[in-house]
Order: sequence, then C-alpha cells, then structure tokens
Amino acid sequence: MVLSQLRPALVLFLLLSLLTGIVYPLGMTALSGLILPDRAAGSLVYDRGRVIGSSLIGQDFASPRYFHGRPSATMGPDPRDSSKTVATPYNAAASLASNAGPTSKALLDRVTATTNVLKLENPEAMARGWRIPVELVMTSASGLDPDLSPEGALFQVLRVARARGLDEERIRHLVLTSIRQPLLGFLGEPHVNVLALNRALDRLAQ
Amino acid sequence: MTLSGWITIAVFFLCVVAITRPLGGFLKRVLEGERHGLARLLGPLERGTYRLAGIDPNREQSWSHYALAVILFKIFCFIAVYVLLRLQGVLPFNPSGLGAVAPDLAYNTAVSFLTNTNWQSYGGETTLSPLSQMLALTVQNFVSAAAGIAIAAAVMRGFVRRSASTIGNFWVDLLRVTLYVLLPGCVVLTLFFVLEGVPQTLATAASALTLEGGHQSIALGPVASQEAIKMLGTNGGGYFNVNSAHPFENPNALTNFVQMLCIFALGAGLTNMFGRMIGQEKQGWAIFSAMAALFLIGAGVLYWSEAHANPLFASLGLDGTLGNMEGKETRFGIAASALFATVTTDASCGAVNAMHESFLPLGGMVPLINMMLGEVIFGGVGSGLYGFLLFALIAVFMAGLMVGRTPEYLGKKIEAREIKMTMLAVLCLPLVMLGFTALAVVLPAGLSALSASGPHGFSEALYAYTSAAANNGSAFAGLTANSFWNVTLGIGMMIGRFFVIIPALAIAGSMAAKKTAAPTPGTFPTDNGLFIALVAGVIVIVGGLTFLPALALGPIVEHLAMLHGTTY
Repeated sequence: MVLSQLRPALVLFLLLSLLTGIVYPLGMTALSGLILPDRAAGSLVYDRGRVIGSSLIGQDFASPRYFHGRPSATMGPDPRDSSKTVATPYNAAASLASNAGPTSKALLDRVTATTNVLKLENPEAMARGWRIPVELVMTSASGLDPDLSPEGALFQVLRVARARGLDEERIRHLVLTSIRQPLLGFLGEPHVNVLALNRALDRLAQ
Repeated sequence: MTLSGWITIAVFFLCVVAITRPLGGFLKRVLEGERHGLARLLGPLERGTYRLAGIDPNREQSWSHYALAVILFKIFCFIAVYVLLRLQGVLPFNPSGLGAVAPDLAYNTAVSFLTNTNWQSYGGETTLSPLSQMLALTVQNFVSAAAGIAIAAAVMRGFVRRSASTIGNFWVDLLRVTLYVLLPGCVVLTLFFVLEGVPQTLATAASALTLEGGHQSIALGPVASQEAIKMLGTNGGGYFNVNSAHPFENPNALTNFVQMLCIFALGAGLTNMFGRMIGQEKQGWAIFSAMAALFLIGAGVLYWSEAHANPLFASLGLDGTLGNMEGKETRFGIAASALFATVTTDASCGAVNAMHESFLPLGGMVPLINMMLGEVIFGGVGSGLYGFLLFALIAVFMAGLMVGRTPEYLGKKIEAREIKMTMLAVLCLPLVMLGFTALAVVLPAGLSALSASGPHGFSEALYAYTSAAANNGSAFAGLTANSFWNVTLGIGMMIGRFFVIIPALAIAGSMAAKKTAAPTPGTFPTDNGLFIALVAGVIVIVGGLTFLPALALGPIVEHLAMLHGTTY
C-alpha cells in the first residue's frame, strides 16, 4: 500500500512545488513588473533621480522643522560593535514592534519618558493646554508606520511653525488638506502620510 | 468606539454572508469533479498530472488509505523544507548571503508550515532568502491549505454516503483544490495587492537617502504572491517580521478588509458546500450561524477592550481618545485591528495587523479563547469544518443523553466508536496547550525565553502553546523562541494537526459505512436555533471548563492588577 502511493506522493509534490513555488511567484513577478512597475518595486519616491524613500514606509524625523512620525521600536546593528543591536527607529530592513505587555513597567517608563520629551519639544502646544494624543507616545506595530492621525499631526503644528518661522495657520492648512479620509466614509481611519506632508512643507518654504 | 468602527464590523460580516453561497457551490463542483469553467482551461494539466503520477482519478481510497496518503505527503513536505532551509547558504538566489538555518529552527519552521500553523520563530526579512521563501514556504502555504480542504471534503463524504467503503482520493482532492481554487484565487489577489502597493520584485532591498539626510535600507521581495496565499489558505506566515502590520504587506484599509475577507472566505464557503452535499443547505447555514455568533461576540469584546486607553497612563495627562495604540498602526486604528485579531484567531490564520501582546489584558484574552475553542469559528481552511463537526457530534450526543435516545446526526446513528474518536481529538488540544505551558513555566529553558514577567509572562507562554496546538501561528511576539521552545512547539503543532485529522477521517470512514435512517418525529433536528445554541454552548463549555483556571492565572489576574495600578 505504502509503496504504491510513493509515486503519486513524489510526483505530485515535485509538480506542485514547481507550479506554486517557482512558476506562480516568478510569473506574478514578471506580470506585475510589466503592468504595475512602480508599485511592484515598492512605491519608491524619487527626488532629482534619487530614491528618497517609499511612500508606504515611514522615516525617522528628528528635526523640529519636520513633523515627526510615531515612536518606532525597530533595532539595528550597533555601529561601534556589530555583534550588538541598538535602537534604530524606522529601520526598514528589519521591522519590529515593542511587544510590551499592558502592565509592563518598561512600557510605563518608556511612555513617561517619551511624554516628557514631547512636552519639552512642544512648549507652545503645552502652553495652550493641548493634551498629547496617545499615539505619539505609543510605538506602532511595524515600527515603520508612515502615518499620523490628524490629531497627532495638528499637535505638532505650533512647533513646526516656530522652527520654520512660518505662519501657524499656513501649516495647519497644509495638514488639514493632507488628511486622507476613510474609504467610503467608514473603512479605515483618517490619517496623514508624514513623508508626503514633510515634502509639501519643504515645497511651501521654497 | 466609533460608529464607523461598528459599521466596518457589520459590513465585513455581511460580505462574509454574501460570498458563502457562491463559494460553497464552486467548492462542491471542484471537489466532486463536476463541470466548471476552470476545468475546461486547466483540465489538460490535471489529466496530464494523473498520467505522470500514476493516479487513477476514479479509484477511491478507504479512510485509512486516505490518511496514509496524507501522512506520506506530509513526510515529503517535511524533508523538502528542512533540507532547503539547512542548505540555504549554498543554494542560489540568496542575494543577501544569508546562512543556513539552525537545525532546531529549520525543524520548527518545517513542521509549522506543513501543519498550516505558520508559527514563525524568525524574522522573515533577516533570516530567509527569496528562494527559501518561495520554494520552501510558499509551496507549503498552498499544499497545507489544499490538504486541509481535501480532508474536509473527505469527511463530508463520510457523512453523506450510505453503506460506502471509500471517502475519495487524496491525490485528486489535493490537486483539484490547488489548481482550481487556490492558484486562480491567488493570481487575482496578487494583482490586486500589487495595485494597492504590495511589492512583487526579485530585488531584496532599496537604498534611500531620507529627507533628513540619513540612510534607509528598505527590505523588498516577492511579497504580494506570498501575501495572497497567506490569507486565502489561512496560513498566516508573513514575508516580514511584523506580518500584516508591515505597510508593504498591508498598505491600506482596503487591503486590510480584503485580507480579512480572504481569511474567512473558504472556511465559510465550506459550510455551504457541506449543506449542498447533504442536499439541505439549511444544515450548512446552521453551522454557519453557530460560528457567526461566536465570531460576533469575540469581535465586540475585543473592540470594546482596545477602544480604551491603558489606565496605567492616566496620570500622564494624555489624550486617550484613540484608544490603546501601542502595537497598532494608524491607518487601521482600533476597529480594524480588533476585527483582524478576532478573524485571524477564529480562523487559525495567525496573520496579525496589530501586536496581540500589547492588547489590554481582556483584549488579549479574546484571541487566546478563540484558539482554545479549537479553531472552529470558520476555522482554518478545511480544519475548521471538520473540527466543528466533531463538536456537532458531541452536541447531538448530549442531546441524545438528555432525552434517552440513540443520538443521530444527519440520519446516522452516533455510536461509541465515533464518540471515542471525537473525544480523542477534543482532549488532545488542551493536553498540549496546558501541559507544555506548565512545563515551560517551571523549567529554566522555558522561562528564559519570556519577555514579560508576572501574569503577562504566563499569558505569553500559554498563548504560544495554544497557538501551536490550534495551528494558528500568531504569538505574544515578545517571546524569543530558543531551542526548547522550537522543539516543544513543533511537537505541539504536530499533535494539534494529526490528532485531529486522523480521528476525523476515522469517523468519516465509519459514518460512510452506516445506513441512513429516515427522520422520525423523535429525531433531534440539526438545522434550527436549538441546535445552533446547543452546539455553540458545547464549544464554549468544553473550552471554558478546560481553560478557565489557566485564564484566571493569566489575563484575568493581569486585568485586576492593571486596574489596581500594578506593573511588572
């Protein structure tokens, strides 16, 4: 019985491997590259012929002149000692979440520290009594979240306006016009793509 | 909680209802060898394969031969994946020069993918070459899903046939499902995903100079083609470490919606196929309704839990209206994350678009309970249906005991042999889930892998073995699996798969041999609300009684600690 089934098992395994493991992925790669080349290649964004990122992948912004994305838990190799890893926000070569549990003391300490940094970075917002939206102190699931909620972006308007010496209303207008609304009015959350927003900001300044 | 969030859940459920009937009809035509459009296109390929493999498609197998064919095929799968991963360093198409996968990890991964679990003790983009992803893993995504559906079809035949000795031919079922259901579905899905921004390229990385002048290396690959089968086959193994939370795997709310729909599609369709096979679609809808009720309760509880901000942060003066956003993506928000987590653990998929470990304690308990109930809420493709039928047998058995009649299901008498086999399958899962958890939380090798302490650490261990035995594959992903975990999780996954498959096929064999009795006024009907409530009750009570003590030690005590302001 077993012997008579060996041939079907082996032949079917090899054929299905060929079909689903080689023909299917390579065929789809060729077809996608032909009809949707930009998207198949990762929705890369170019500036003067140079890749400056992907419209789907968040970047690390630290300067007060730019809107900052959400905290990222990604790690990367330590430049001083490659056998160790150090916090490397928005490392798109190795996605990672904090995986901190809800009662983790480390999470509470981290959130407290991030909150204090945000308070220092955004004195104008604090002076007006604005509360920090919770997403700005909570790491995303991918560590590469390209978006902010409208609240998360609007909270940073005063800081960006000050750092750029621009009128607050112009920046706020830019944020409001960058909001992508849910599909059909309910699917997904309103959000702002941080890289697109910051590029628009640079164009505004020119 | 928002109105649009509840609308998302409602619209999603209506879409599942809408696709169930057409998919059920198509699945039946494919698996019963009836005429359908794709057979005209791909028929020559099917017949050519039979000739090459020496298969007579008209020759059927008894249940034991069917089971033997399944096991033989799985042995080939294991050897192939293990060897491919161990030799990764010397095999071609490995542009990043990744080395061989360690023996315990290769073993764990091979078992994980051949059992349709897709537990991943590794990060895809940093461990596996494109060749390994395609030839080792994508293949298993297809064939483990196809095998699940094939077995479900064989079990259905057992319930339908009268005085028969065979339940179908595994090779024929396997090939037909792959050729006519999974492959065509995945071709369409891949193109849709690419259109929405999922990469499909042989390049492994792009290098970018960021706006602030930094360097960003962006991992790429043939993602879309793997994404399609990952969802449709309820596999759940991601191309990237963070799975469907990665913007390249799941770029927007629409792809997210389609991915959730794909997870439930075939499982829901199979309930209708079962109804059609019996000749009473109502029987299929009864099963669907019991599953749907359990699904909707889970989705509601999880959404309610995550819509709250973590009370431990109350003193920081944050604006918590967005809810518990730790480990969630902005584009999905709370509702779509909660819904995804419910769907993926109802259906033994295991893909995640938010980190279950960072859910609030009661929120994290919902996925855990979904898996503990045995993955029968639509369930993994195929495995959900045959798993559910085992619970249906217990339900009619209990109803029979209550009124003192020999229990019957679909006109067949349920006797000692069937109930013994059912209990074997139903009891194996808790034994693995609770037994290994107990072992892991007392042994140093088990404890050293946990990232959390206190009750959350216990939940992390419990979640891992529950996920493995239920063949789900999602995780409280703070766990860093070492060789102790890789080996024990591998054992758990195998027991969870084969100690359900073999009893289910054995029951199919003995049911097929029975005669069918015509319904009498004393027959307990299995297509009405009473049956739906009874079988849903059986599922919850069996799961509840078994797991309540463990849940009390994990998420429940953590919830109380959180309200009390305790951290660990």
